[in-house]
Amino acid sequence: MDMNRIDELFWQKKNNILSVFYTAGYPDLNDTIAIARHLQAAGVDMIELGIPFSDPIADGPVIQHSNVRAISNGMNVKTLLDQVRAIRQEVAIPVVLMGYLNPVLQYGLEKFFFDTAAAGADGVILPDLPVHEYADKYKGLAQQAGLRVIFLVAPTTSDERIREIDETSTGFLYAVSLSGVTGARKQFSEEQEKFLDRLSRLKLKNPVLAGFGISNAESYQRVCRYVNGAIVGSAFIELLGKGGFDGEIKRFIEMLKEDQACVQ
Amino acid sequence: MYQVNEQGFYGEFGGAYIPEMLHPNIEELRTHYLDIMNDASFQNEFRKLLADFAGRPTPLYYAARLSEKYGARIYLKREDLCHTGAHKINNTIGQILLARRLGKTRIIAETGAGQHGVATATVCALMGMPCIVYMGKTDVERQKPNVARMRLLGAEVIPVTSGNATLKDATNEAMRHWITHPDDTHYIIGSVVGPHPFPDMVARFQSVISEEIREQLVRKEGNPYPDYVIACVGGGSNAAGAFYHFLEDEHVQLIGVEAAGKGLDSGHSAATLALGKPGILHGCKTMLMQTDDGQVTEPYSVSAGLDYPGVGPLHAHLFKTGRVTFMSATDEEALRAGLEVSRMEGIIPALETAHAFAVLNKLEFEKDDVVVMNLSGRGDKDLETYSKWI
Repeated sequence: MDMNRIDELFWQKKNNILSVFYTAGYPDLNDTIAIARHLQAAGVDMIELGIPFSDPIADGPVIQHSNVRAISNGMNVKTLLDQVRAIRQEVAIPVVLMGYLNPVLQYGLEKFFFDTAAAGADGVILPDLPVHEYADKYKGLAQQAGLRVIFLVAPTTSDERIREIDETSTGFLYAVSLSGVTGARKQFSEEQEKFLDRLSRLKLKNPVLAGFGISNAESYQRVCRYVNGAIVGSAFIELLGKGGFDGEIKRFIEMLKEDQACVQ
Repeated sequence: MYQVNEQGFYGEFGGAYIPEMLHPNIEELRTHYLDIMNDASFQNEFRKLLADFAGRPTPLYYAARLSEKYGARIYLKREDLCHTGAHKINNTIGQILLARRLGKTRIIAETGAGQHGVATATVCALMGMPCIVYMGKTDVERQKPNVARMRLLGAEVIPVTSGNATLKDATNEAMRHWITHPDDTHYIIGSVVGPHPFPDMVARFQSVISEEIREQLVRKEGNPYPDYVIACVGGGSNAAGAFYHFLEDEHVQLIGVEAAGKGLDSGHSAATLALGKPGILHGCKTMLMQTDDGQVTEPYSVSAGLDYPGVGPLHAHLFKTGRVTFMSATDEEALRAGLEVSRMEGIIPALETAHAFAVLNKLEFEKDDVVVMNLSGRGDKDLETYSKWI
C-alpha cells in the first residue's frame, strides 16, 4: 500500500507535531482553502477540517458558533470535498476531515470514505461512530480507500479499552486531554497531566496527538512532553473569527511554538 | 419482536452513537440497568414511591359523553392525576433510584415544556440531590410557571441560548454537561430517546401505564385487551408506556399521534415519522427531521412537549414494521379537541395530550370497541394558549 501522508509525517517526525483544527466554511464559505495555505506556510504539520453539524454535543461555544455560521454559509460534505481537491493543488501536509456522523451518513458513509480519499484527504475522525461498528462493518472499506480512521480516547477510558481502540485506530490516536468539551482553558490541569502520562506509559501502536483545551505555548509544550504532539482548535477558530489571516495566522503559530522546550 | 436487542437496536434503529467521553457512563448504565431494575428491593422501593408519592395506580375512567359522541367505549387513562401533573414522574422516580444505586450524587436533566424538568426537580428534592435543569431560553420565557416550580423545588434552571434555544439545544447542553462531569453525575433523560440503554430503560419505567390498563380492563370489561390504545408522540415516552404491554397482542390497534403544527406541508411541523428520514441525533439512530445535508431542522408545534425533531427509536421501529399506526393532528385540531374534552368530560388536557384526542373523529369505531386514550398530562400549564385561542 502507498504510504499515507499521515504515516509519513509520523515516520519523519516523532515530537512537537502541531495539528490545527478549524471548521470548514468559516468565517466565509471559501476561506477554508486560503487558511490551509497559510497554515502550511506557517509550518503546521497537519490540518483537520471540521464538517459543520447543527448539534455538536462535544463542542464548546467557539466551535458551536463556527458551525452555525458555516452551515448558514452553505457548507456541506460535497462542497467540502471540492475544497479539499482545491487545497491539494497547493498544500502537501496531511489533511484530516473531522465531523459528527449524521451529515456523513446522509452523504453515504461508503461513498464518503472513497470520495474523501479521492479528493486527497488522508484520514477521517468521526467521534460518534462506535469503534466496534466501524471494526465490524467499515474497516475493510476504509483500508480499501487508503484512508486512516482515527478514534478518540479520553481520561475516563480504561487502559484495556485504550488498547482495544489503539488496535482499531489507524494513523494516530486522538487523546481528548480532559473531561469536557472543546474550548480553551486557562490552565493545564493535573487531570490532563495524569492522563497523558498514563497514555505515554501504555506503549501504544499508534502515535498520539492530544487535543481539547490546548490553546497556547504552555499547554502545547506540556502536552508534547508526554505524547507526539497537539491539536489546537478553538483558540485558532477564535482568531479566525476576528478576521485577517495573513500575518495573524503566522503570528499565532509562532506564538504556540515560542520557546520550544518540547523535547523528550 | 419489538424489544430492544443485545446491541441496543430496535430493528435498524437505536444503538449508542456517542463520543468516547460518554462511553464509560453509557457502558455503566448498559451493564447495570437490568440487574438493578429486576432486583426485588429496587422494585419494592420503586413501586412504593409510585403508589405513595406519585399517586398510582391512576384511574381508568369511562368517558360516557365522549363515548356517546364517537360511538365506542372510550376510557381515559388518567396520567394527568399523577403527582406533578403528567406521566413524567414515573420515569424520574425510576431513574433517580437507579442513579442512587450507581452511586451518583448529582442529577442533570433537559426539559422543553418544563414537565420533565419539574418531575426531575421533584424527585431530586425528595432524595436530597442537587439538580440542574437545562431549558432553552425560548422555553424559559414561554413556560414561566414551570420554571418557577423547578426553582421553588430547589433546582437550578439554566437557560440555553445556543441554536434555537429550545428542547434540542437543551439536550445538547445537558450532554455537554455530562461529558464535563462524567463521574458523579447521572443524566435523567425525559423521553425514550438518547443512546442505548436510555430508550429501553425509560420505556420500562413508563410501562407501568399499560400494566395498569390491562388490570383495570379485566375488572371493567372482563378481559385485558382494548381494541385501540391512542397516545400522542413527541419523543414518545407516554406512548411507549401505554403501548408496552400490548405490543405482542397484534389484535390491539395502537395509534400514535404526532404534532403536525401548522400542517404537514407547511414547513412548521413536528411530525417526525411523517416527514423525517433515518439519521443520528443525541446518540441514537432514529427517524429525524433534517435537511438533505444532514443538518437537524427545528420542529414546530403549539405544544412545547411535542417540539422535538427526532422520536424514540422504538417508535421508529414500530412505524417501519407497521405495528403502530401513526397519525398527526394540527395545532388547530388539537386545541379544538382539548376544548372538547374540557367541556364534555370536565378534564383540561395538556396540549400534547389534546393531539391524541384530535384523531377520534378520523377513526371509524364499532359500537362495542374499547378505546383507551392515554391522558398523559393536565393542561393547567397551557391555560394561556387555550385562552388566547378561545
